[in-house]
Amino acid sequence: MKEIMQGNAAIARGAWEAGVKVAAAYPGTPSSEILKDVADNYPEIYAEWSPNEMVALQVASGAAIAGARAMASMKHVGMNVASDALMTLAYTGIKGGLMIVVADDPNVHSSQNEQDSRNWARFGKVPMLEPGDAQECYEFAKASFDISEKFDTPVLLRTVTRIAHADSLVQTGKRVESKMPMGLDPKEATKYVMVPANVRPRRKIIEERMRKLEAFADKTKLNKMEINSKSVGIIASGAAYMYAKEVFPEYSFLKLGMVWPLPKKMIADFFKQVKKVMIIEELDPFFETEIRAMGYKVFHGKDIIPNMFELSPEIVEQAIKGKAYKAPKIKVKPEDLPRRPPNLCAGCSHRPLFYALKKLGAFVFGDIGCYTLAVAPPISALHTTICMGAGGGMLHGAMKAMGKEALGKMVAVLGDSTFLHSGIAPLMNAGYNKGSSTTIVLDNRITGMTGHQEHAGTGFTVRGEQANQVDYAEIGKAVGIKNIRYIDPYNIKETMEIVKEELNRDEASLILCKDSPCMLLRRAKPLEKFKTPLFAINMDKCRGCKMCLEINCPAISWREGAGQTKDGQKRKGTVYINPDQCVGCEVCVQVCKFDAIEPAKK
Amino acid sequence: MKKDEKTTNIFLSGVGGQGAILASNILGEVFIRAGYDVKKAEVHGMAQRGGDVTTHFRFGKKVYSPIIKYGDVDYLLSFELLEALRYINWVKPDGRIVINTQEILPPSVSLGQMDYPKGVDTAFKKYFKENVHVVDGLGIAKELGNLQAQNVVLVGAFSNFFPKIKEAYFIDAIKKLLAPKLHDLNVKAFQAGRQAL
Repeated sequence: MKEIMQGNAAIARGAWEAGVKVAAAYPGTPSSEILKDVADNYPEIYAEWSPNEMVALQVASGAAIAGARAMASMKHVGMNVASDALMTLAYTGIKGGLMIVVADDPNVHSSQNEQDSRNWARFGKVPMLEPGDAQECYEFAKASFDISEKFDTPVLLRTVTRIAHADSLVQTGKRVESKMPMGLDPKEATKYVMVPANVRPRRKIIEERMRKLEAFADKTKLNKMEINSKSVGIIASGAAYMYAKEVFPEYSFLKLGMVWPLPKKMIADFFKQVKKVMIIEELDPFFETEIRAMGYKVFHGKDIIPNMFELSPEIVEQAIKGKAYKAPKIKVKPEDLPRRPPNLCAGCSHRPLFYALKKLGAFVFGDIGCYTLAVAPPISALHTTICMGAGGGMLHGAMKAMGKEALGKMVAVLGDSTFLHSGIAPLMNAGYNKGSSTTIVLDNRITGMTGHQEHAGTGFTVRGEQANQVDYAEIGKAVGIKNIRYIDPYNIKETMEIVKEELNRDEASLILCKDSPCMLLRRAKPLEKFKTPLFAINMDKCRGCKMCLEINCPAISWREGAGQTKDGQKRKGTVYINPDQCVGCEVCVQVCKFDAIEPAKK
Repeated sequence: MKKDEKTTNIFLSGVGGQGAILASNILGEVFIRAGYDVKKAEVHGMAQRGGDVTTHFRFGKKVYSPIIKYGDVDYLLSFELLEALRYINWVKPDGRIVINTQEILPPSVSLGQMDYPKGVDTAFKKYFKENVHVVDGLGIAKELGNLQAQNVVLVGAFSNFFPKIKEAYFIDAIKKLLAPKLHDLNVKAFQAGRQAL
């Protein structure tokens, strides 16, 4: 039967039907729903949140070498982390089918950069499939495992946000168990031990495999030729195909479902059949570079199609029509309207912590998570974000460069999940190389930004079973950090004192946020710690100084209106606390200099 | 192309927490039941954090692009006034519109740096005349005793644009997507919304 499914759910479904036994992932937008969907719906599959994408790929490849069909899923930057494994797995090959899902985020809806992961396929010499809707997510996921086993290679499945997070109809089927026998054979060490003597023969096998895959690309139904008008033909894949097909249904199409290696004979045939060929692809000129190198004359490609951000039906239409494109009438300029950027939740423990760091005047080496939102004004208290775990290492480097000058002036912050992903090695480095850095772990008991995934520090698995819970302080001790402190971020004064002490100390420190669970994590009962559930402004006292607006709490807003306090202080307006949003965290109470914020009743 | 083969474009906009995603899921189930191909795409990466939420919803005989072409929206269902105005340029000249009267202040307004736009309904009526319908979704939900039912009230109001689609499809969809204890409330919310236009 046909069901409406998100692209990510369709990938999970396809993997389940293909007989997958092991699935591992680290959350990352827009890939996170794949593993969650596997865990929620398919008990035949062992599913886990791994500490990072590299471990996820190691787990999946181990399962594959043991004979099982297995998958690892991640966002595009996660592929960078896992790439060390990928580049050599391409040499060893697998036994049971191995699919690696990599979800790109053109237009950086929720990422720190924009990457075209098709480059990994060419770089790593492995095949890549790219679906264009949920039905194809399902079909291509299934096909990945067959291709993987047939050619003894990991297979990459690439999506983008508009495919991963789009829902459409899927015709599903039944699960078929893999017939591959399970087991490991010590005699296969030459295949799996990549020392130079074994690498060289495998290196040749890779090239032979690529030739076989090229021949396969010409035959597979994953690639489709649709001949309509012979005047113009478009070569495209995935979302770009959908946009082009939408606005120019009358053109001919070569739709590439297998985006690496390319089907050379099919491309030759397409160029023979149509007069002019345009290549429409999102991000890099990946097909275009290859096809031009084959010697073809491409009518249009990146000369008219943008090489950054997302494509869309109107971008494709405008590029091709040029001056003939008629833009819709502008009735309101969207840039004149107030924006609605994401904000930390009311009661979030990150808010008082960053307020404290700002008051201390610290340069904050940041990381990736909800707390990255602290970069936004008026909080504006986060100063770098590069990649998972980067802050600690960068802080150490900055302090080594600046010497004693740096003491008391800078700090690294990262979340609990990010710390476990990539933060331990930089901390070890600070302990080992006589660092003086201070690292604060903003432990909110969950992977927050990506939508609440469990990790090794939460005490639960992806399926909600009880699990070991990492002790961050013990990790700190074990890697040589002598100064380990706890803070309650909701106590701003005490937090400032402790952080200041550690910032000034000429030794590495680790500061852990205690009892500050994410406001949305119901299990941890985050509201119970607040003694009073609601606060309100005492209009007799509020001077309209706007100090409390500096914490950017969604519950607090400004109300214009001249007036005065009870003791006659003139004001231009007052603030208002929305009782539906206030949770009683008392952060604004500590910020107010005039004791104008008082307990109230719900 | 025959008229019924044309793809229809619905754009939903709102703020995280208003239930716009459930509303689009209901529409999905409804138009599948009515025998259409359906595609929908939403950006909800950080919606939990109070950001804006938009859904591109398309149905027809065969739908290609998951997102609507700029300026090609046939129907706009907006959960919040500012989030309606933000997408006014997307609507076709003969597009039909349901706007909810709720105002949710964005940070720049809360901080007193910008004003919340006034007269959103007037701006729409200037261009779209009688095709604009303003609904007090929150008020209707309040009368039913549950503010959270606002989204289904709005779906009810919006359903009037599709007289050929059986009411039973909407009721079935609501029952499929919500827990049994919420069925009565939400069926009432749907019907109250349907009568509001």
